[in-house]
Amino acid sequence: MLEGILIGLSAAVTPFNLIMVVVGCIIGTLIGMLPGLGPMSIIAIMIPVAIGIGDPTAALILLSGVYYGAIFGGSTSSILLNAPGVAGTVATSFDGYPMARKGQAGKALTIAAVASFAGGTIGAILLMIFAPALSTVALLFHSAEYFALMVVGLSAIAAFAGTGQVGKALMMTILGLMMGTVGEGALSNTPRFTFGMMELQSGFSFITLAMAMFALPEALFLVMNPARAATGDSGKITGMRITRAEARSIAPVIGRQSLQGFFIGVLPGAGATIASFLGYAVERNIAKGAEQAEFGKGSIKGLAAPETANNAACTGSFVPLLTLGIPGSGTTAILLGALLALNVTPGPRLMIDEPDVFWAVIISMYIGNLVLLILNLPLIPYIAKILTIPRTFLIPFILFFTLMGSYLGQNNSTELLILVGFGVVATILRFADYPLAPLLIGFILGVMLENNFARAMQLYRGFGFLLERPMTLGLLALAVILVVLPSFRAYRARKRAEGVADGD
Amino acid sequence: MALDRFIALAFVALCCVYGYAAFFTMDQLLPPILQRNPVWPSTFPKILAVLGIIVGLIVLFTPKPAANDVEVKDGTIDLSRLGDYHVGQAIGLLVLMVMYALTLRPLGFVGSTIGFLVLGAVILGERRFHILIPVAAVAAGSIWYLVQELLGIFLRPWPGFFM
Repeated sequence: MLEGILIGLSAAVTPFNLIMVVVGCIIGTLIGMLPGLGPMSIIAIMIPVAIGIGDPTAALILLSGVYYGAIFGGSTSSILLNAPGVAGTVATSFDGYPMARKGQAGKALTIAAVASFAGGTIGAILLMIFAPALSTVALLFHSAEYFALMVVGLSAIAAFAGTGQVGKALMMTILGLMMGTVGEGALSNTPRFTFGMMELQSGFSFITLAMAMFALPEALFLVMNPARAATGDSGKITGMRITRAEARSIAPVIGRQSLQGFFIGVLPGAGATIASFLGYAVERNIAKGAEQAEFGKGSIKGLAAPETANNAACTGSFVPLLTLGIPGSGTTAILLGALLALNVTPGPRLMIDEPDVFWAVIISMYIGNLVLLILNLPLIPYIAKILTIPRTFLIPFILFFTLMGSYLGQNNSTELLILVGFGVVATILRFADYPLAPLLIGFILGVMLENNFARAMQLYRGFGFLLERPMTLGLLALAVILVVLPSFRAYRARKRAEGVADGD
Repeated sequence: MALDRFIALAFVALCCVYGYAAFFTMDQLLPPILQRNPVWPSTFPKILAVLGIIVGLIVLFTPKPAANDVEVKDGTIDLSRLGDYHVGQAIGLLVLMVMYALTLRPLGFVGSTIGFLVLGAVILGERRFHILIPVAAVAAGSIWYLVQELLGIFLRPWPGFFM
């Protein structure tokens, strides 16, 4: 391993590659901050530039820099505007946005930066240790287990949606899965549920849906209720420092979530989104009394947990990509495309054939995280200046960026009409207190879920795989328990409450 | 009926339509060779439709928790206060977004973007045109340059009859 680190250092620490890291981080942060533009779209946009460089090491370093920058920038817009560009930073806005509304935007951004740095760095160390070893674990998973694992992920998201919300969250998940079936399936090339419309042939675009679900309703709420935009002290960032007590309280959270996030990120299909939601849920359950009540209202633990977990998971998602050649998330899928275009084939042979690429990427992760921390901590007050822009200017621009993001993805103005339509639906759903994140996650995982389901069905000629593979059965049982248990507890609590009412 | 129940009802109806499409319209189109496959393109949607109807009905018939449990938070969106909100502005902006989608091709990127940004701000009550118009023009121009020249994605800047 030491030899590998030296190879990586010698490849990554050249003036040109260092400039690539810095440039990538800056571009990523700036574009990632725009609501609705997540790492996926930014990396997709940057691919032509990266291929233009020619050298695979430098190109990969640039793209990973963009990736990290975009994730950090995405957290910034989640915290300041409650407009997460990617599903992975949705959990960040649960506590980050309330903090910003309380006038603690500076502190929230500092915690996000430190938590991201720690998650990314610890993740990179784990990647170095586990990348060779973990490939064997992931190899044990067949398509039946992948299918079951995704079902567990989806039901966990629904189960953690909050008390009394499980049914609604499940409903949204199923709606997302149903939307994922629109368009040409991977199983056969017959278009499904397109109702003869050419525009639906390739299905709904993820970016359009993400913006319709999050950025658009948020912008409309800002319009409808101006009080919502009121910040503590009109965007002036003071009190960026975190106290020693606060640092001590988030340190164990960061430690736990780096590990948990990394291992969730390694599992294909799970990725940063599930890691951040699970991280948030786990920390909320661990926290006691007053601290638990703080969650959702501006808890620093609730902010540090998803931030650490999603960065660690992003690093973790490189494990299946680099060792197996299987992308674990949408973003690594795009990176895989870029690697193939650069004539590098990720897989078990990558470490042997091209050790300099493998190790340079890992080393550049450290450098990227460090650059982000150095760059962003002093820049936070300027970044947060977004809040001082008058809303009459800000809202048209947010709407414009959501429109542009979905237009650039497809280059099709019908996409914009779909965006507005879904945006209206999402706003109505928000009014009725339906959670929207499960819908989006169901939509993302839907295609992978169906593919693995179909593969397992074909391998076992029917539903036999459910019974023949104990691991699949176990995971599916876990999924059922996850969904039923909170509903059952809510039902019992309600019965008990009714009983008390009768007694009075 | 409460809005969330109404949505659950609409969802059940959607599942019925979706299920009908999956159960009765998809399988005839399947070529005979694929019919021997244990999994058809309609298999997964059928499962989803059944699950969706079940979950939708559960949500529809679950009694609502007592209203006094819900605490009112500052700045949260509450349907019962809909009358206090600027619904007109929101609808105006939505109409404007539809207009933008329809004019993007014929008017060109620069023209429709400046129009969108200026009109959007006007709907929200901004009247300082001497700041507004230059800001919108600079933003539209620089974003066009970024997308077209640096990223290489084609965006037609001017109305169709100019080029």
